[in-house]
Amino acid sequence: MSAIATRERAKLDRIVADFPILAKPTSRGKRLVYLDSAASSQKPRAVIDALVHYYENDNANIHRGVYELAARATEAFEAARAKVARFVNAAESAEIIWTRNTTESINLVSFSWGLQNLGPGDAILTTQLEHHSNLVPWQLLAAKTGAQLRFIPADDTGNLILDGLDALLDGVKLVALTHISNTLGSIAPLEAIVPRAHAAGALVLLDAAQSVPHMPVDVQALDVDFLAASGHKMCGPTGVGFLYGKRALLEAMPPFLTGGDMIKRVSYETTSFNELPWKFEAGTSNVADAIALGTAVDYLTEVGLDWVREHDIALTAYALERLRTLEPRGLALYGPPRAQDRGGVISFNFADVHAHDLASLLDLEGVCVRAGHHCTMPLMDKMGWPATARASFYLYNTEEDIDALVAAIEKAATVFKVA
Amino acid sequence: MDDFYKEYILDHYRNPRNFGHLEHPTTKAEDLNPLCGDTITMELAVDDAGKVSDVKFSGRGCAISQASASMLTESIKGLSLEEVAKLSPDAVLEKVGIGISPTRMKCALLGLKVLKSAALGEIASWPDETR
Repeated sequence: MSAIATRERAKLDRIVADFPILAKPTSRGKRLVYLDSAASSQKPRAVIDALVHYYENDNANIHRGVYELAARATEAFEAARAKVARFVNAAESAEIIWTRNTTESINLVSFSWGLQNLGPGDAILTTQLEHHSNLVPWQLLAAKTGAQLRFIPADDTGNLILDGLDALLDGVKLVALTHISNTLGSIAPLEAIVPRAHAAGALVLLDAAQSVPHMPVDVQALDVDFLAASGHKMCGPTGVGFLYGKRALLEAMPPFLTGGDMIKRVSYETTSFNELPWKFEAGTSNVADAIALGTAVDYLTEVGLDWVREHDIALTAYALERLRTLEPRGLALYGPPRAQDRGGVISFNFADVHAHDLASLLDLEGVCVRAGHHCTMPLMDKMGWPATARASFYLYNTEEDIDALVAAIEKAATVFKVA
Repeated sequence: MDDFYKEYILDHYRNPRNFGHLEHPTTKAEDLNPLCGDTITMELAVDDAGKVSDVKFSGRGCAISQASASMLTESIKGLSLEEVAKLSPDAVLEKVGIGISPTRMKCALLGLKVLKSAALGEIASWPDETR
């Protein structure tokens, strides 16, 4: 069967050729089959070149120097911000704050907005699906402020159960939830949650680490108040991510980290703070990586986010179909049954082979999958899984990658003598 | 792929020795590998002469961690707690055999870490090989 039509195949082959690492065999001489993009994506040549170009041609500190080089660095840095703003359809560039990653973006909201706005009697509502990055900050904030932490329950396939949502929303000031579960791939029904959260007087923070790289995300259409994402999962470098926030909210929030660049005027006694977005960007920013993330946004825009989403669905459908042939031998698939209801993420276990052993055996065949708790320990405990293996797909993955995955699982079955 | 998991590793994984709990352990410890969530508990009984007279382990995790723990329990009866606390990582790694990549080293050494913790009466640091 071919899930990817010939016309699309030509485009896919060009995309694969854009990623230098995919052409490098493993130490055992196997073709690299990279199925861990939910953890971190590979980088196209254009992004790698952007880093080199910046350091060879434009490197200087931003916002300060009056010389041409500094002006060029500043211009490129702010242009990258504008690209990210357009990518998620923010109303203006000033609503995009550079951070290190999704985790730092969430912490910014927790420390700045949370400490200012929460107290005893208030509540934070999150879900049972969250990555530790969208759980631990709220646990600590609740402990500091006396606010209560509540959870929207999830069913066994990772779909949120909204029957009791209105009761759960009583007294809630912030709903913080993941757009796509990094463990199960389930997609949150935002259209059913965001309006009700707002009607209850709560703000909504979206952990979009798994969605912004993979599908069109429009912050104005979704009407979320905050959105957090990481550059390294969307073909960009590590060490740069961003927070989107509605201007009125960001204006009213105190700074998070403080120091240089985020100030307007400083005396020995007091400080007035810079305007948005720089109020939240203390110290020298990660200039090169932000610029290269702008290049990653250009690259994804050129490919088309609709194409990426369709490709994820096609690969997921093909993978589910192939993996189901192993169900009689003990393969267990988790998450929503239909490909269109999930991101390009498939968690599974195989017979009595522990996920770590499976991942080690797949690695010998050049197949990279994640194994463990995927930074969702409470969800794993709730489901009763000690660990799962997880294959995740992106724009450069092919049907051959999934065939390699299935073949490697069959080899692992031989090693572990699974009938 | 075939020589990566030796036959006896799979045997210890599927048929762990000394698996379960002691009714009256003299000392016990439990710990987990934070990278993967694998857990192991070790319970030791010490006789009047100060020697380990019985040992049981429990836990869940990968074949490497569970088989390593199982094999360790077979070799410590008759040792003093001081001797258990001084066991070398080599004792485990030689049993596990080839194919332990740096990322799996903690799987192989978790049982030893917990065993040493039980002998010391406090959480032992990771054996040297993992640094």
